[in-house]
Amino acid sequence: MSSAPRQKRAYTLGTVTVIYLLWSLVPVAIAIMFSFNSGRSRSVWQGFSLRWYTWDPQGSVLNNESLRTALTHTLLLGVLATAVVVPLGVLFALALDRWRGRIPTGANFAVLLSFVVPEIALAIGLLFMVTWLATPFELGTTAQVVGLITFQLAYPVVIVRARLLTIGTQYEEAARDLGASPLGAVRRVLLPMLYPAIFVSAILVFADVLDNFVLVRYLSSNAGTETTSMKIYNTARAAPTPALNAIATLILVSSFVVVIAGWLAYRKWGRSDGEDTGLGAIATM
Amino acid sequence: MALFFAVPLYVVLCVAFGTVDPLFRTSVPVWNPMQWQFTQLATVFERIVGPENFYLPPVLRTIGFVVIAVAVCLAIAFPVAYFAARHAGRHKALVLTLLVAPFWISYMMRMLAWVNLLQNDGWVNKVISLNGLLPTEQNWLAGRPTTVILGLIYGYVPYMILPLFAALDRISPSLLEAARDLGAGGFDVFRRVIVPMSLPGVAAGMLLVALPMMGDYFTNDLLSGSPGTSMIGNLINNSISTPGQSGQAAALLLIVLLVLAAPMIWYTRTIAKSEVRS
Repeated sequence: MSSAPRQKRAYTLGTVTVIYLLWSLVPVAIAIMFSFNSGRSRSVWQGFSLRWYTWDPQGSVLNNESLRTALTHTLLLGVLATAVVVPLGVLFALALDRWRGRIPTGANFAVLLSFVVPEIALAIGLLFMVTWLATPFELGTTAQVVGLITFQLAYPVVIVRARLLTIGTQYEEAARDLGASPLGAVRRVLLPMLYPAIFVSAILVFADVLDNFVLVRYLSSNAGTETTSMKIYNTARAAPTPALNAIATLILVSSFVVVIAGWLAYRKWGRSDGEDTGLGAIATM
Repeated sequence: MALFFAVPLYVVLCVAFGTVDPLFRTSVPVWNPMQWQFTQLATVFERIVGPENFYLPPVLRTIGFVVIAVAVCLAIAFPVAYFAARHAGRHKALVLTLLVAPFWISYMMRMLAWVNLLQNDGWVNKVISLNGLLPTEQNWLAGRPTTVILGLIYGYVPYMILPLFAALDRISPSLLEAARDLGAGGFDVFRRVIVPMSLPGVAAGMLLVALPMMGDYFTNDLLSGSPGTSMIGNLINNSISTPGQSGQAAALLLIVLLVLAAPMIWYTRTIAKSEVRS
């Protein structure tokens, strides 16, 4: 009952947590730091410069074509996949919410299952499918986007559905009673209430696509469809320059900018709109 | 949607149960289930348990690595999640933000960070040798199991902390107060209330890190690259990258999926049920 041992325990746990956080974040901070190194080394600090970002004639992200392609292709995949996955996921969530019976139950199961199926399984399956079946697309950007859509669909579905469950049916019914058409009720009443959830899932999907490696690697076709994570995988052990750190840093910055901007907007929304918009659903995932 | 899941899986089956073209030595999928052959599966099985069982060490290694890594992950994640949920106080938001931060950092970048640190002239060796005073040039990246296991732990532990945090955060403080009022000591409260109530979170967290580790090959490739530490994921990836071995890759994948089916379905069912309840 005494509070002294409790306090002591909190200090011990706090120390463990601080050590863990340092261990988890400092290596990345060091990697970012070396992207600004003026020399070729990734372990000896030779002074600050933007050499590996902009001005090195061959090796910088700006001037090296393969690095530049990797960066732009990663961002392109992020935008394309998000643009398709989010609307598709919203429709899917609405369908799962409305439609009762075996098929939606099975589909819901499939969505949840996709969180735990090893990514390599889906990636290889899609690779085989594209290789051996007459699919309307070939390996490369299209295959990568299709693969990412399949893999990422679960995010918007789960988040939007959690939101739909908390909203309930009463608002929509009220709109119908006031004379809205079924579609109008969804579009003018339900959809605006779903915006925060839609927004959160778009951010999650975008950031996760930037991070994707297994799928985009198996479904890539040539150097033109190489992403940043593939670039790191391919060259990390083959005497890379700090430019590799630079391109990784740029992706990290893109992802953080989107997440922070999203978080700020979400907070603004959340204030006016009650709290639980599906972040709880992510935490339990 | 279901199509995009079912069709790839079916193709994997057709390749796994397919034949090998006698001329070009390439895998040929067999689309008709009635004509499925078991040669690929038999080959893989033979390599795991047969006389020339060169697949067996990677399989056993995978199990060993994953068990150790998951255990260490739990040992790290539980105290951290416990602190974040119950003792972080006014720093809770900050602690949570920092705990979530690794999710927004690419996995590859996090591995790259360690490749940098563990190079021969990297900072880890510098610290160990007290900046060159002691002659300890450790070659961390040349196929050391320890490095790979540490990489796995580093890579996946954030995925365990969050479900644990969610489970611990949900335990109502009044429940713990009630336990204390009823005479339980601090340790008793922990052992008989907190631990049992966090078990679903522990199970979910362990699954969420163990399942992807089973298919992981890139951590190994980046931090070791030696066949001496290769895991099942490496076997699959190497077969995929070798022309003509797609059938073996498919068969290996199938075996992995069958072994993991039970935990995957268990997890999915639990989540689906908790959704219905809420």
